[in-house]
Amino acid sequence: MKLQLEKRPQPSRRWIYLSPLLAVVITMLVGGALFAALGKNPVEAIATIFWEPLFGEFAFYYRPQLLVKGAPLILIAIGLSLGFRAGIWNIGAEGQYIIGALSGAGVALAFYPLDAWFVFPLMALAGALGGWAWGMIPAVLKLRFGTNEILVSLMLVYVAEQLLAAMALGPMKNPDGMGFPGSRNLQDYPAAHNADLITGSGLHWGVVAALVAVIAAYILLGRHMLGYQIRLSGEAPRAARFAGVKPGLLTLFCLGTSGALAGLAGMFEVSGPAGQVSIDFNVGYGFTAIIVAFLGRLHPVGIALAGLLMALTYIGGEIAQGNLGLPAAAIQMFQGMLLFFLLAVDVLTNYRLRLLRRPEAA
Amino acid sequence: MDLSSINPILLLASIMAASTPILLAAIGELIVERSGVLNLGVEGMMITGAICGFAIAVGTGSPAIGFIGGAVGGALLSLLFALLTQVALANHVASGLALTLFGLGLSSLLGQGYVGVKPPPTPKLDIPVLGDIPLLGPILFSHDLMVYVALALVAGVWAMLKYSRAGLILRAVGENHDAAHALGYKVVRVRIAAIAFGGACAGLGGAYLSLVRVPQWTEGMTAGIGWIALALVVFASWKAGRVLLGAWLFGGVSVLQLNLQAAGVAIPVEYLSMSPYVITILVLVIMSADKSRAPASLGRIFHASQ
Repeated sequence: MKLQLEKRPQPSRRWIYLSPLLAVVITMLVGGALFAALGKNPVEAIATIFWEPLFGEFAFYYRPQLLVKGAPLILIAIGLSLGFRAGIWNIGAEGQYIIGALSGAGVALAFYPLDAWFVFPLMALAGALGGWAWGMIPAVLKLRFGTNEILVSLMLVYVAEQLLAAMALGPMKNPDGMGFPGSRNLQDYPAAHNADLITGSGLHWGVVAALVAVIAAYILLGRHMLGYQIRLSGEAPRAARFAGVKPGLLTLFCLGTSGALAGLAGMFEVSGPAGQVSIDFNVGYGFTAIIVAFLGRLHPVGIALAGLLMALTYIGGEIAQGNLGLPAAAIQMFQGMLLFFLLAVDVLTNYRLRLLRRPEAA
Repeated sequence: MDLSSINPILLLASIMAASTPILLAAIGELIVERSGVLNLGVEGMMITGAICGFAIAVGTGSPAIGFIGGAVGGALLSLLFALLTQVALANHVASGLALTLFGLGLSSLLGQGYVGVKPPPTPKLDIPVLGDIPLLGPILFSHDLMVYVALALVAGVWAMLKYSRAGLILRAVGENHDAAHALGYKVVRVRIAAIAFGGACAGLGGAYLSLVRVPQWTEGMTAGIGWIALALVVFASWKAGRVLLGAWLFGGVSVLQLNLQAAGVAIPVEYLSMSPYVITILVLVIMSADKSRAPASLGRIFHASQ
C-alpha cells in the first residue's frame, strides 16, 4: 500500500475553510506538547492563552486589548494579502510600519504644543505617506532594475530599525526627558493622541481604519476590475498578460498600498498604545501579519478573524508569562508553528490523498 | 576621530573571519537554489545553528563538537522546510518565511539559559612558516580552522558543480525538473539532500557567529546576515567563485563600518550600522540586470503526475 497525492481539478471548497481550523487544532496539540516539555501543565497553558483573555476573571481588561493588538495586525495583513495574491512579496512591512510611525510622530513633534484639530489627520496622512514611500523603494527598484522585492523590502526593515534608533536617540529625543532615549509621550499631547473613541473600549482610530480596510479590500477583490487583475496575476500570470494586465502598475499598487497601510498602523500605534518613539517601539507586527494573511486565506474577512486570533495568542501569551512563567519565546514559536501547520495542511486543498492498494507498475 | 588607529593588516585579516558566516550560508543556499528550490529560511536556520552550536559547545566544552551540532541543528530545521515544499508541495516563499519565523522563536526559546555565558574559545591555527610571512602571514594564515573549512567548501562546491556527475544531476533537476524526472532521476530526493546541505551550511555559519565572531549568545544575533546571504547568491549569479568575492565584499563593509565606529567617526553609529544593508540593496540593483543565470525551475513546485 502506498499513499499518493492526486491533484484536484479545482481547489476543494471544503478544505479552504477547514484547513485553517485544522491547523489551529494541530498547533494547539503540538504547542501543548511543547508546553508540557517545558514543564507546564499543557491544558492549563492552552486554556490560559485561548480562554482567559476572553472569558477569564479579568476579561473586562483583556477584551479591549484584543482590538488594540488585532488592529495593526489586520491593517498590515490586508495590505500584504493584496500583493501575496498577485505573487508580489512584500515582507518588509515591519520597516514600513516603523517609517509610518516615525513620519506620524515627526509631524506631531513638529507641531508640539499647538492644539489644533488638524494635527491628528495630518499625522495620519504623514504616516501613510511614509509607509507608502518606504514600500515604493522595492517597487520602483523591481520595475526599473528587476531587483527582487523580497530581499530589498526585507533589507529595508533593518535600515528602518537603525533609523528608528537614530531618531529615538537623536532628533526626536524628548528635550525634557532628562537624557533618557525616546521622544515625548504623545499620550500627553491631546491634539496628537490616538485615544480610545469610547473610553476603555480599546476602540481607537486604528481599529476603525482596520475595519475600513477590510471592507475596502473585500469590495476591491470581489467587485472591482483591479481586484480581478490582482487575482488573475497570481493564479495565471500568462493569462493576465493577455488580458491586458500591466504587471508594473500592479507591483506599484500592491507594494504602495501595503506600505501605506503598514505605515498607518505604525502611526496609530505610536500615537496611541505605544505613545512614543523609542528604540524598542516595533514588536514584530509586520512579520506576524504575514502569518495572519496566510491564516486568513488572503481573504479580507478571513484576515479579520485571523488577526483577532493572533491578537488572542499575544494577550494570552502575556498572561501565561505572568501566571505560569511560560517564556515569551514559546509564544513566538507557537505562532511560527501555526503557519507551518497551515502550509502543511493546505496540501489537502489542492490535492487528494489516495491510498494505492497495489504497488504501481514500474 | 582617529583613522590612523585602523591597522590595514588587521583589517584585511578580520575580513577573512567576518566573511566566513555569510560565506557558509551563501554557499549552502547556492546548492539549494541550483537544485531549483528557493529556501528563504536561511536566517532561521542560521540562528538555530547559532544556538545549537553554542549550547553544545558550552555543554561539551569543545568548539569542534559545537560546530557539528550547529550544522546538525540547521540541517534538522531545514528538513521541516523539505517536508513542506517537497512532500506537502507548499509554496516555497511562504514556507521559507515560516521557517525563518519558527527558527527565530525556537532559537530564543532554546537560548534562554545561555545569555551572558562565555563559550569555550576556538583556537587559531598556528601554521608554522606560512604564518610568519610578513604581511601575508597574518592576513591569510592566522585564522581558526573554520575559515579554511569554508574556503574548502566553496572550492568543493565549485568542483562538484563543474566536474562531477552529482553536480550535473543537481543542475539538471534545477534547470528542468520534468526532464530530470523523465530521465529517471529522483527529483524530490535530490532536492531534499540539497536542502539538508543548505541547512547544515547555514547552521555552521550561525555557529561560527555565536562561537567565534561575537562570541556569545544574544537573541536575534544573526541580524539579517541570512538574508544578506540570500542576496549574495543572486549577486553571484549562482556561481560558487563569485560567492566568495561577494562574501569578502560584505565582510569588508561590515568590518570597515565597525572600525569606523571604533575610530569615532563623526557619523552616528546607527547610520554606519545601516551600511551593510544599504550596500546589499545597491549591489542587488547593479547585479539584477542579468537574470538569465537563475536556475530555470527555481521556486517551482514539482509534482510527478502519471
